[in-house]
Amino acid sequence: MARMKFICDAERCIECNSCVTACKAEHDVPWGVNRRRVVTLNDGVPGEKSISVACMHCSDAPCMAVCPVDCFYRTDEGVVLHDKDVCIGCGYCSYACPFGAPQFPTNGTFGLRGKMDKCTFCAGGPEANGSDAEYEKYGRNRLSEGKLPACAEMCSTKALLGGDGDVLADIFRTRVLNRGKGSEVWGWGTAYGKPTQGMPAQPVPKEPKKS
Amino acid sequence: MNRVLLIAAVAALAPLAACTEKVQTATPRKTDEKVWQSNDNTFTAAGYKAGDKAAWDDQSRARAQSQNEYVKTK
Repeated sequence: MARMKFICDAERCIECNSCVTACKAEHDVPWGVNRRRVVTLNDGVPGEKSISVACMHCSDAPCMAVCPVDCFYRTDEGVVLHDKDVCIGCGYCSYACPFGAPQFPTNGTFGLRGKMDKCTFCAGGPEANGSDAEYEKYGRNRLSEGKLPACAEMCSTKALLGGDGDVLADIFRTRVLNRGKGSEVWGWGTAYGKPTQGMPAQPVPKEPKKS
Repeated sequence: MNRVLLIAAVAALAPLAACTEKVQTATPRKTDEKVWQSNDNTFTAAGYKAGDKAAWDDQSRARAQSQNEYVKTK
């Protein structure tokens, strides 16, 4: 079973923003909402690094944990999605998310906050796959069309990789071995955890009393 | 006189029009279709047969490898 993940290779990202544009165009994302964005660290300084950021579809998603109406769910492929018909737009998920993924469109007068919108890994939402209702609320469902997220497939330098985590890790490993540097994967540990991360502290065995 | 009373009544009741409230019963979350359950449409990737789980898995792996430029330069 595939386990969908994103990897952004900071050694390769050139801050072209084509991932952002691809996402906006593919899903007809409303004005003011950016499901994906590019962040540059030390901008203008030699050695600056850029990374493309969106929902990472965390293994243990904090947005799911804090949602008061339980509108989130995880698909069999590990994609974290939500039901906009249940979302009340409270914004708790945006406080919980370490990646700033949840977005809120301005809806109506007085700057009223609408229902949450975020990256769907191009997997749509809880409507019939490829239906008009799904496109209207969540955008295109590329996964059901046998494709991968538009942002990753459009990336010119292949800095942003999207797909089955095992395949991506294999591609990235080959890269690192060839170039001999840049093995750090930004956000990977936060989103998908490390082998020891999140585990309860192991109890220290007591030494038997000597009599 | 009646007309004045009527206008006064309408004026008094008009602000209450904003008091209507939508039903707030909780709606359960809908269940999603499986990703491989899809009707063929014009956007389906070439060579991919929708509706078959094994075919979707194969397609997903093959498509992910298209992001690996070392496959092209071997």
